[in-house]
Amino acid sequence: MKIGDEAPGFSLPATDGTEHGPDGVTVVVFTCNHCPYALAWHDRLLQVARDYPQVRFLAVNPNDAERYPADSFDAMKERVQADGGWPLPYLHDESQDVARAYGAQTTPDVFVLGGGTLRYRGAPDANYRDESENAAWLREALDAVLAGEEPARPETQPVGCSVKWR
Amino acid sequence: MRVELLWWEGCPSTPEALGDLRRVLREEGVDVDIEMVEVQSDEDARRARFPGSPTIRIDGEDIVDPEETEPFSLTCRVYRLRDGRTSPTPDLEDIREAVNR
Repeated sequence: MKIGDEAPGFSLPATDGTEHGPDGVTVVVFTCNHCPYALAWHDRLLQVARDYPQVRFLAVNPNDAERYPADSFDAMKERVQADGGWPLPYLHDESQDVARAYGAQTTPDVFVLGGGTLRYRGAPDANYRDESENAAWLREALDAVLAGEEPARPETQPVGCSVKWR
Repeated sequence: MRVELLWWEGCPSTPEALGDLRRVLREEGVDVDIEMVEVQSDEDARRARFPGSPTIRIDGEDIVDPEETEPFSLTCRVYRLRDGRTSPTPDLEDIREAVNR
């Protein structure tokens, strides 16, 4: 999927039993339980979700849970429960259809949708090691989309563990 | 001293781990070749008792004890830095401590 392409709709089950999909300005983050890059960026991404209540945030785990049991739906539920809840739903892409439709490559891989199209795709910021980066690339993209503008940096290289395909 | 870096291509942290390892060896005055060992399959991983990429071994011993729950498989390894943060690569000081053991 390229910048400007129509974003595929979907509805996936969340750890709390509800179902969610994109609607309006939406951030879709492909992520997982076991990848150190996803874990390193996790708190920053949750904070962005808290800071932009007008935006829909969806965390999607697309990994093959047979080979990676740490990414099973049960393990996802246990993680959210252990954390005392997340400010965004954690969705299970069991068929991996959504990850394929979006062309997700890594965990994490961030997609910002606005007006039904893809507006930003890539990493949350420039350095998973540096918490002060504060998911700056994602925030820049959101600020632009919410202002009715195009992000100045619409695409960056996603960094993380490869999606674990079946 | 035998220094091995076991790695899997699905995890992008190998160059960073190699750079950190080279830096520590240089700083500690240890002149040794690093053996790069590619792990290509789950079967390889089980045979090599590979808990994830990257794994650094010195004289056959992992510089950081793997979690007991970590399966031997093709995955990116999760390290805990000394300040508590999660990282795809080991803490520099853990590498240094292992080199000086």
